[in-house]
Amino acid sequence: MIEVAQFSIPYYQFLDEQARAVTSLPGFAKQIDTLLHFYRLMVLIRTFDTKAIALQRTGKLGTYASILGQEAVSVGLGHAMKPEDVLCPAYREYGAQIQRGVTLSEILLYWGGDERGNQFQSSHDFPMAVPIGTQNLHAVGVACAFKYRKQARVAVAACGDGATSEGDFYEAMNLAGVWSLPVVFLVSNNQWAISVSRDHQTRCKTLAQKAIAAGFEGWQVDGNDVIAVREKISEALEKARGGDGPTLIEALTYRLSDHTTADDANRYRSKQALELAYAKEPIRRLKRYLIEQGHWSEEKEESLLQLCAKEVGQAVMDYQSVSSVTTDVMFDFHFEKCPEELEEQKAIASGNKDG
Amino acid sequence: MVEITLVEALNQALAYEMQCDPNVLVLGEDVGINGGVFRVTQDLLKKFGPDRVLDTPLAESMIAGMCVGMASQGLRPVAEFQFMGFSYPGLDQIINHATRLRNRTRGRLSCPIVYRMPYGAGIHAPEHHSESTEAIYAHIPGLRVVIPSSPARAYGLLLAAIRDPDPVIFLEPSRLYRLVKQAVVNDGKALPLDRCFKLRDGSNVTLISWGAMLHETLNVAKQVAEEGIECDVIDVATIKPLDRLSILTSVEKTGRCIIIHEAPLNCGVGAEIAAMLAEQGLFFLKAPVIRVTGYDTVVPYFKLEKKYLPSESRIKQAVYTVMES
Repeated sequence: MIEVAQFSIPYYQFLDEQARAVTSLPGFAKQIDTLLHFYRLMVLIRTFDTKAIALQRTGKLGTYASILGQEAVSVGLGHAMKPEDVLCPAYREYGAQIQRGVTLSEILLYWGGDERGNQFQSSHDFPMAVPIGTQNLHAVGVACAFKYRKQARVAVAACGDGATSEGDFYEAMNLAGVWSLPVVFLVSNNQWAISVSRDHQTRCKTLAQKAIAAGFEGWQVDGNDVIAVREKISEALEKARGGDGPTLIEALTYRLSDHTTADDANRYRSKQALELAYAKEPIRRLKRYLIEQGHWSEEKEESLLQLCAKEVGQAVMDYQSVSSVTTDVMFDFHFEKCPEELEEQKAIASGNKDG
Repeated sequence: MVEITLVEALNQALAYEMQCDPNVLVLGEDVGINGGVFRVTQDLLKKFGPDRVLDTPLAESMIAGMCVGMASQGLRPVAEFQFMGFSYPGLDQIINHATRLRNRTRGRLSCPIVYRMPYGAGIHAPEHHSESTEAIYAHIPGLRVVIPSSPARAYGLLLAAIRDPDPVIFLEPSRLYRLVKQAVVNDGKALPLDRCFKLRDGSNVTLISWGAMLHETLNVAKQVAEEGIECDVIDVATIKPLDRLSILTSVEKTGRCIIIHEAPLNCGVGAEIAAMLAEQGLFFLKAPVIRVTGYDTVVPYFKLEKKYLPSESRIKQAVYTVMES
């Protein structure tokens, strides 16, 4: 027997579950302001999340997908990307989106059943992709455009563990590998694809190793350690930007919420599993580190929570005061120029013509 | 002027537009060094290089989906699916993304993409190579569906499809690829994507078809003309959006309408045209509308494909039937 291939998957963590630095921190994490910035963003996102669920429960928002527990992955991603990069997200990346020009009220507008939530006044990114894993192909297409134009830009596809079973995920990685495209694949492995657990999704020991079959590196990071997330995504982005091709990053985290507000995780997830996951969650971890380093206190926490509540409250007001829409918009954006038959239907819908 | 085949006309249109617009890229399986299995992209790799003529890995959803990403950045990808029967893995990306991106972002991002594919039976191909499922695509909001039936129309319609700011399904009747030659002016002039073409004038019957079936349809029109029955022959060409006015105008004149397509009868595009006539042209009609179509079966292996395709005798019989009224 001759061994013709072998591989290994590295795992990266800087802060462990007890908020102890297990290795020397990267440069940016030595800047306390950066860590405070991460912390504030994560708390803001959690405040938003709680509010969004409350809005849904009181009939003021449609079905909503909670990001509870995954704030570090999303915040780390958003901080690592450059403005000129393009993000093709799934529907649990609010922490990245708000750093890339998407507003909280736009996110509410989206879940509130209004396409203007994807219009993004200040972002060129893709809107959230609902069909699982499909956005991976958009990211490789965006990366093709960057490569064709010789731009030093990177596309990022963000998906979940369930998406790694989809054909589009493999097809995107295969193309990215063979064409050495400037793209980063980020898998937020939150352990659940609705009710199907990670162990029932694949027999692979890691999701990161799926990159090996596509001919490039796969890394695992502690997705509840915002420092590890930020550091390794930055590294993958700069590798891609420098022409050295794609990377797959599997961020190990946990969905502490239901899949969406239409789901009840108690049907399939044990209380014990949830308690264990809470012990590892990202916000508590960074808070503990900041307190132990002497940079955080309960007074600061209280004032931060007030600031976050105020910002989220403003977003809710913006969301609720959005102008009403007419039926015309159902027709106006299917084509650059509306065909005759749609013009007729548009008139019917608006009541200008008898249906 | 040199006469060229439909394949050559498509090749000329691609080369013309690639020359004019650096955002136009050609991609697909075997489109580069091999020039496409039917040679539609022949020599484009030599002329424009591997940055613009991309041999992709073999994955149709990937081809469909990567185009969405490319187009979102202002490129104009022209993708080839090797045969219509292999385009279905791409449907998810086409239905869920290519056709929706403009709408769901309220015009912020758009998808100027052409998805080309050979379609139809009659070339003795293996199974899955003879599909005509245009109605699937025609049903999807946000798509244009275009089918040329001559070299000149292939040239002008493909140019229009590439220049269109939204996704276009471009179906190339493989039976016509090399069936006839025609003089085509390589002047970069596009044809409209929302107009039928009148191929023959007559006052007795309107024959409506598209793609390769126009060959049989025109033959029948010639034959019955010798018997004194004059047919208006309409090449629908853009089955979506449908040029209803041209069809209604013709049927108003003739009072009789036969729709010929090789796709199955049930929920075919013929049903849409017949329903439109029932809604808007009923009182023009002297006889019930007849559809002469493929059967509601899978396209048979090629031993029987000629029996599957609507024959000239079936079309002619339909003409006699409507003329009885």
